[in-house]
Amino acid sequence: MDFGVLLTDLPTLVVVILGVPALIGAYIVGSEFLVRRLSDKRRPQVRPWFWVGPALFLVAAYLLLPAIGTVFQSFENNNGNFIGLGNYESQFANFPTGGAWVAIRNNVFFWLIFYTLFTLAFGLILAVLFDRVLYENIVKSLIFMPMAISSVALGVIWNFMYQYQSPGESQLGTMNALVTFVLHHDPVSWLQDQWPTPTFNILNNLALIGAATWGITGFALVILSAALKGIPADLLEAARVDGAGELTIFRRVIFPLMMPTIVVVGTTLVIFALKAFDVVYVMTAGNYGTDVLAYRMYNQLYTAGNSGGASAVAIILLIAVVPVLIFNLRQFRAVEARR
Amino acid sequence: MASVTYDHVVKRYTADVTVVKDFNVDIKDKEFMVLVGPSGCGKSTALRMLAGLEAITEGKILIGDRVVNNVAAKDRDIAMVFQSYALYPHMSVYDNMAFPLQMAHMKKSEIDKRVRNASRILGLDNFLKRKPRALSGGQRQRVALGRAIVRSPKVFLLDEPLSNLDAKLRGQTRVELQKLHRDLQTTFIYVTHDQVEAMTMGDRIAIMNAGILQQVGTPGEIYDHPANLFVAGFIGTPTMNFIPANVTNGSAKASGFEVKLPKALPAGSKGTLGFRPEAVTDRTTDGGTTLDMKVDVVERLGSDQYLYGSVGGDQLTARVDPRMAVAPGDRVRLGLDTRGLHFFDGESEQALL
Ligand SMILES: Nc1ncnc2c1ncn2[C@@H]1O[C@H](COP(=O)(O)OP(=O)(O)OP(=O)(O)O)[C@@H](O)[C@H]1O
Ligand SMILES: [Mg+2]
Repeated sequence: MDFGVLLTDLPTLVVVILGVPALIGAYIVGSEFLVRRLSDKRRPQVRPWFWVGPALFLVAAYLLLPAIGTVFQSFENNNGNFIGLGNYESQFANFPTGGAWVAIRNNVFFWLIFYTLFTLAFGLILAVLFDRVLYENIVKSLIFMPMAISSVALGVIWNFMYQYQSPGESQLGTMNALVTFVLHHDPVSWLQDQWPTPTFNILNNLALIGAATWGITGFALVILSAALKGIPADLLEAARVDGAGELTIFRRVIFPLMMPTIVVVGTTLVIFALKAFDVVYVMTAGNYGTDVLAYRMYNQLYTAGNSGGASAVAIILLIAVVPVLIFNLRQFRAVEARR
Repeated sequence: MASVTYDHVVKRYTADVTVVKDFNVDIKDKEFMVLVGPSGCGKSTALRMLAGLEAITEGKILIGDRVVNNVAAKDRDIAMVFQSYALYPHMSVYDNMAFPLQMAHMKKSEIDKRVRNASRILGLDNFLKRKPRALSGGQRQRVALGRAIVRSPKVFLLDEPLSNLDAKLRGQTRVELQKLHRDLQTTFIYVTHDQVEAMTMGDRIAIMNAGILQQVGTPGEIYDHPANLFVAGFIGTPTMNFIPANVTNGSAKASGFEVKLPKALPAGSKGTLGFRPEAVTDRTTDGGTTLDMKVDVVERLGSDQYLYGSVGGDQLTARVDPRMAVAPGDRVRLGLDTRGLHFFDGESEQALL
């Protein structure tokens, strides 16, 4: 929208400057006026709805309606004609090598499991170790640093890390420099090598997941570290006096007490994993069997011009995320109930 | 069951922060030793060095005949009750008490027997399945005790375990703890800043101030023969009367009175005359010392009556017969029992008498 038009059209400008606050004011005054007329008992039940009302309206307008629109679109071809499950049929064609299947496998298997586990494990280990070092805050800031980098830059950096030159040439990529110099192994084409088999290419998927993990570990670290600090020191001392070794203390006292936080961070990471896009987009563009649903959706829409197919992929992604969301909400309620 | 020895123990945090200085105590097997002193004097630190939660800077600590300086907390076979109780919030009462036994790799049946036994002693039978957060302060405190007693440790450490309880419960628990000590036949080391707890519970008391051990003795010894001005002032309520005085040929001269000393002190010594309120009574004896007191405040406690007032230029407290009729502003003649007289050197503050 060209906001310059507001300046040429002064009456509209006045309406916007005065009208919007007036509308908000009128809404508050009006709703309060209505609420006051209710009985004492009803009032506290009704009042919150007036206050969350605008937020609900915005969510509905900008999230729910487009989502419903997407559902409809996923049943239409590119000319807007209803074709039933046609889009889904073509997406799900050719199990297990079809494009959507590869993306689903990568998201729901590689990314969901490894990205989440790696990040949680690194975050937890670093949180526990850093708790005992002298310059904890400096070290933690270092690990947190990648969070400040744009994920596109992150992809570019890791492209350098994974660079490949033919065997015998000097390796510019850090990884291959290590592999050839330390392990005396031929350089590995990290992003293209579909080891062990093209239908189950762990290697290049893990290469991408590793880059993404590097970017997000600081997030897990900071939250888990805060949870760790929240455990009273005398609990650990009591366990020590009770005869527990440090590993047992971690397993029996620290870990259970951090569990609610670990679950919350974990489910957040699962959602991040299912939505993975940027690293794939920058580093492999979904080639060599590294496609993911979010990137496939983008590709279907902008490269293939297939809006129906893109919508179908979006719905598949949504269906994958919903159980996690529900679990997350349940967990939230369970934690609330335990207070 | 074991004795505990602190041998020239020092705790230093930084070069100029020394919180425990040259600490020497022998705690006998099965003794109930109370470590008492004002807040911040280093009691907890002394206890935590014994527990292995704090490194020992200098000196040695022995449990039995074993030097434990380099033994990890988990291998010292001691139990500790923390001021905050430090119960594991995610475990039930039962699991809290079973935890130290599991750490000792005890058989399930034996664990069960011991936990049930402890819970019976402490009256926790109905709470075994609950989490600590669903317990009252007193119940939590008993769980913390239970967790300590299930293992029959060599030494039992308690760091102000009663400070979070209300006055009535504190009184009850004090008695229960003494009973527990009798039943368990274990060495107890009990830290408190409350002199009443110290006097009522300890077989012996060790008094600390500013990181320095002041005196070790039975409650009676400490009450009757305080080693220095600090101990004399710390133990006893209301506190001992302290009157600046000079020694001249066999008697001490204060601003308002003169008292014959039961033991000769070098003439010309300056210092502080000390006597407890109960040494000042309404009974005057012929030839005894009498004090002419102007009463400022009268405090009736039923069994006792305390008079606060001045003699000459000095403030002092007297404990008189509760039936004596006195009102603020009165002048009364009181007798001073010289058997309970103390004299502290003006320089060293050590007791000379
Ligand atoms: N890490 C530390 N660094 C420097 N000084 C410390 C440290 N920990 C404790 N102290 C100091 O050591 C002194 C003794 O502490 P401690 O906890 O032993 O006191 P306490 O006698 O148990 O007091 P309280 O009755 O209040 O519990 C205090 O003055 C405290 O400030
Ligand atoms: Mg303390």
